[in-house]
Amino acid sequence: MGETFAQKLLALKSGKKSVDVSEIVTVRPDHLLTHDNTAAIISKIGDELGTYGVADTDIPVIVIDHVVPASNEKTATNHKKIREFVSKFGVKHFYDAGEGICHQVLIAEGHALPGSLIVGSDSHTCTYGAVGAFATGIDRTEAASILLTGQTWLKVPQSMKIELTGRLAGAASAKDLILTIIGDISASGANYLSVEFHGDTASLSMEDRMTIANMGVEMGAKNAVFPVDDVTEEFFEQAGVGKTWKSVWADEDASYIRTLSYDLDKIVPTIAKPHSVDNCVPVTELVGLKVDQCFIGTCTNGRLGDLRTAAAILKGRKVHKDTRLLILPASREIMLEALKEGILQTLIESGGIVLPPGCGPCLGAHQGALAPGEKCLSTANRNFKGRMGCVDAEIYLASPATVAASAIEGSVVDPGKVVDR
Amino acid sequence: MKVWKYDDNINTDMLFPGKYTYTCSTAEEIRPHLLEDLDPDFAKQAQAGDIVMAGDNFGCGSSREQPTVGLKAVGIKAVVARSFARIFYRSAINQGLILVECPEAVDAYSDGDAVDVDPEGGVITVAGKEFRFPKLPPQIIAIRDAGGLLAYVRKELARKGAR
Repeated sequence: MGETFAQKLLALKSGKKSVDVSEIVTVRPDHLLTHDNTAAIISKIGDELGTYGVADTDIPVIVIDHVVPASNEKTATNHKKIREFVSKFGVKHFYDAGEGICHQVLIAEGHALPGSLIVGSDSHTCTYGAVGAFATGIDRTEAASILLTGQTWLKVPQSMKIELTGRLAGAASAKDLILTIIGDISASGANYLSVEFHGDTASLSMEDRMTIANMGVEMGAKNAVFPVDDVTEEFFEQAGVGKTWKSVWADEDASYIRTLSYDLDKIVPTIAKPHSVDNCVPVTELVGLKVDQCFIGTCTNGRLGDLRTAAAILKGRKVHKDTRLLILPASREIMLEALKEGILQTLIESGGIVLPPGCGPCLGAHQGALAPGEKCLSTANRNFKGRMGCVDAEIYLASPATVAASAIEGSVVDPGKVVDR
Repeated sequence: MKVWKYDDNINTDMLFPGKYTYTCSTAEEIRPHLLEDLDPDFAKQAQAGDIVMAGDNFGCGSSREQPTVGLKAVGIKAVVARSFARIFYRSAINQGLILVECPEAVDAYSDGDAVDVDPEGGVITVAGKEFRFPKLPPQIIAIRDAGGLLAYVRKELARKGAR
């Protein structure tokens, strides 16, 4: 019997020839991601850091992104503590406020590589499956433990296979695909599982794969991973990241507890209604629903292609007077490219409000909060009750094309009517 | 002893609103906001020894640990659910919080039933009826029983001596 991606990668990282499903292994992650929560993490282990130091200063990658720029004295103090920690202990990989959302930065800067193992004190760490990494979320306490020891334990998960055929068509995007999958299998449909994407993945860009892998956790997955191919190699080549990695992939005859198949040609623009990510319907069912805020950005859909799509739709048009449009590029690099291409000018001229790269609005931590009774149409990954700072507001999740088209009307629009892919 | 009963898919934003994640980190800061958007009575009335019971996928969503830190600080005897989301499950081990995954026990429960949990024995009793649940592997129990992951790591580091 062949081995899954998870089995092969976790065997490699635990120094074993092979591992069985459900076996518990001790692993040394290639990197540990922490962000603004680094302040709380290091405050748990102040004494131990003094005695033992950081186990390996090459392991942590710290990105200040959740509340940027600082919103108040408390968050400013958090950032200050993080900078002092980085300097005192010689942490090698640090990105200060403004560089971007951690999940974008780790991939763009070549920290998340094919065949690597990354754990992060952020649930969307699973994004790095886009480049063929095994990447999963942990809590702050475990991050503190890894700073001190450089290692942790993982249970080898069972795996689910999602077989893709065809090619996305019309206004359908990677976001619509992953929303469709989550709608089908539910928010717990992949609980504890390693999800592998197989089949016709070549037509999906690196941005598409990041959007899809990012939302793996929204179906409960431990990780969600794509095979490494020409798209991956080209991506790292363009990013100037040398080919130091060795990719890992499942055997042909690996064993899966569930296999799903999706025909990409049949995917249609989809929306997740409040208050759970699996509450999905085709956009056509909600056409005309008034929205008070439209939000394009986040670690799910704040990349150049997403902004380009939005600008193509909004060019020469105005955001409806009864709604507001927030634009949040996922990183400084993306923001700069969007500036050079004239994308930001188009979006600002249309009435959009451009925010600094960061996570704030998505979790109600900073900027873009909602008022009671308001509805937000968002490209983010979560629509939980209270998520954007107000328990009596509603969040609808959709693709950048759907959100941009809807911003013009101030109500939900089928992007199929305006987009010709 | 009170049983706090909730539905399926109770996510981390319901257990602890995201707007406080970067301003409240200690148990004292967390407790007043615990379950704020789910059940405002919880933070005011929950006491040590109480049990939280829920449906499927309890704790789904964010990796924030305020829910597990907060529930442990209150002294919740166990969280019993049909199933748990994995980051929450792992975080509970790290905090030394007892989780019981036992769909049969949740399904058997009616309002007002007495519930007791014996984690060592792997037995949960609902209205006098016993249900068994799978025990954790020994190496994971060692973390939980040390009082959580950091207590465990402190002991290990002290044993190995300073680098």
